[in-house]
Amino acid sequence: MENRPLEYDYTVAKMFMLTTIALGIVGMLIGVILAFELAFPGINTILGSGLAEFTNFSRLRPLHTDSVIFGFTVSGIFATWYYVGQRVLKVSMAESSLLMFLGKLQFWLYVITVAAVVVSLLAGETTSKEYAEFEWPIDIAIVVVWVLFGVNMFGLIGLRREKSLYISVWYYIATFLGIAMLYLFNNMEVPTWLATSAAGETHIGDWFHSVSMYAGTNDALVQWWYGHNAVAFGFTVPIVAMIYYFLPKESGQAIYSYKLSLLSFWGLMFVYLWAGGHHLLYSTVPDWVQTMGSIFSVVLILPSWGSAINMLLTMKGEWQQVAASPLIKFMVLGSTFYMFSTLEGPIQAIKSVNAIAHFTDWIVGHVHDGVLGWVGFMIMAALYHMAPRVFKREIYSKSLMASQFWIQTLGVVLYFTSMWIAGITQGMMWRAHDEFGNLAYSFIDTVTVLHPYYAIRGVGGLLYLTGFLMFAYNIYKTMTAGKRLDSEPANASPMGA
Amino acid sequence: MFSVEFQAYGYFAVTVFMTVALYAYIYHLYKNRKDADGHDYEEYSNMALHDGIEDTPVNSLPKDDKK
Ligand code: HEM
Ligand code: HEM
Repeated sequence: MENRPLEYDYTVAKMFMLTTIALGIVGMLIGVILAFELAFPGINTILGSGLAEFTNFSRLRPLHTDSVIFGFTVSGIFATWYYVGQRVLKVSMAESSLLMFLGKLQFWLYVITVAAVVVSLLAGETTSKEYAEFEWPIDIAIVVVWVLFGVNMFGLIGLRREKSLYISVWYYIATFLGIAMLYLFNNMEVPTWLATSAAGETHIGDWFHSVSMYAGTNDALVQWWYGHNAVAFGFTVPIVAMIYYFLPKESGQAIYSYKLSLLSFWGLMFVYLWAGGHHLLYSTVPDWVQTMGSIFSVVLILPSWGSAINMLLTMKGEWQQVAASPLIKFMVLGSTFYMFSTLEGPIQAIKSVNAIAHFTDWIVGHVHDGVLGWVGFMIMAALYHMAPRVFKREIYSKSLMASQFWIQTLGVVLYFTSMWIAGITQGMMWRAHDEFGNLAYSFIDTVTVLHPYYAIRGVGGLLYLTGFLMFAYNIYKTMTAGKRLDSEPANASPMGA
Repeated sequence: MFSVEFQAYGYFAVTVFMTVALYAYIYHLYKNRKDADGHDYEEYSNMALHDGIEDTPVNSLPKDDKK
């Protein structure tokens, strides 16, 4: 090697930044289409009845959930790991050609897998398990991508100069282990190529098709142990990893209490795994599983708020920074939305509340105040912080970022408020009955009443998507036209007007 | 009925155990203040701020850089 000073190498981080943005656009665009399809059903067949198969709600819905989860969010996790990991471990990817090779391999395999997912879901190939729709060949590819991620993570940890693992690294490790365990157990499936179906269901017998190894109540239990912890290890743990690095770094403030961060970490790890039963209240799973799910959900407020309050207190006495920097605004509002959805979730997990909330739009509202306000905001903030360091250029526009912040905040607020009203209205109408026990309303009555709220949600989603496109443009301009920087900014990211 | 009673006792015992374990951990963190390497926990709280490749690690691992 020539005599250049050692530098961090962001090649792989950059690649995943690209997929974060691209798949974010795809996923959110489909989300907006779905939202308008619910409000205006005509859109389901907008391209004519010949193509209706590809444009209807049920075909597109898994494409939305999977591209925002496994596309946008997981790419964001990879991108930030390949950035934060090197820095807090004080080791460069450039120091190991093996790790560099594996990182790139992971990226390309990931891209191929994503393509396979998009094609198969559009074609309607699915195992019919929510968030686990992929057929077995794709599952195997996903496992390989994940293993490569793990090899890289532990490889980098093995080469580190800093012996102590920063709290973010703990959270990234937990993400890796958690998802590995959940994904493997929930996707245990039996290929159907030897079987025939008397009922003649489509695809039974196709080589790529499979059915879950579990049946009935067991399947539901495993599925929601998975589903809930996918929220834990996909939408919470890695995002907490990000905020523990990016908020202190961007603001120049040390974490308020490191002890509190350790306590919250172990609390979260222990409590989350037992809360999945709250997705199955009033179902056929044993009563004690449901009660346990409710109780652990309420306990979960503590470790969740532990991290969130720790982050807000990190900004203690520094609120002028929140006012001045749109980048810090994203993170502070993100952790506020995190507190919000982790208060809302436990409330919905109480049995009597769940009796109203389950199956309604209130759940969808809960999902999106978490994913839009917390996951989306935090991933965008992370990429904004990384951009000047990775491209060695100033962020293209501060005013664009500030407008984006307000547009998206309005979008999130419209989304969850409309869904609250819609959900609670729906839940109350379904239950209403007269003195003889006859239902007071039929299903279509609720559909009619909900129409305006569905339209408002569509508008909220459109605003959020608009903001995301502004984000993509801002990053693109940073990459190509931002003012060049001679040295790496220490804290606050430099931004053009 | 036996099993329901058993569940109730089990449940109570687990709750007590968890509460004790949690408070013991909090007590341990605040009492010792330092971890096994002799570093005050709070020394780690600004690791994100000193993350340049040339910055001194809080706790270094000797590494022979082959140039
Ligand atoms: C203390 C933390 C939380 C608790 C106790 C909790 C609780 C719940 C409950 C009770 C449900 C509804 C189950 C049903 O009746 O169908 C639910 C659904 C959901 N929550 Fe949470 N939640 C929490 C935090 C979060 C966060 C932070 C996010 C995302 C960032 C999130 C994402 C979701 C998703 C995606 C679903 C929908 C799953 C589905 O039905 O497909 N939750 N949560
Ligand atoms: C532009 C923004 C978005 C819009 C307009 C949107 C819209 C929608 C719609 C209409 C649904 C179907 C709800 C139903 O079946 O009634 C949905 C479901 C879902 N979306 Fe989004 N979405 C957006 C962004 C996101 C993002 C960024 C994420 C995650 C990072 C996400 C995660 C989910 C999940 C997990 C579900 C399934 C919820 C459940 O089963 O309860 N969405 N979204």
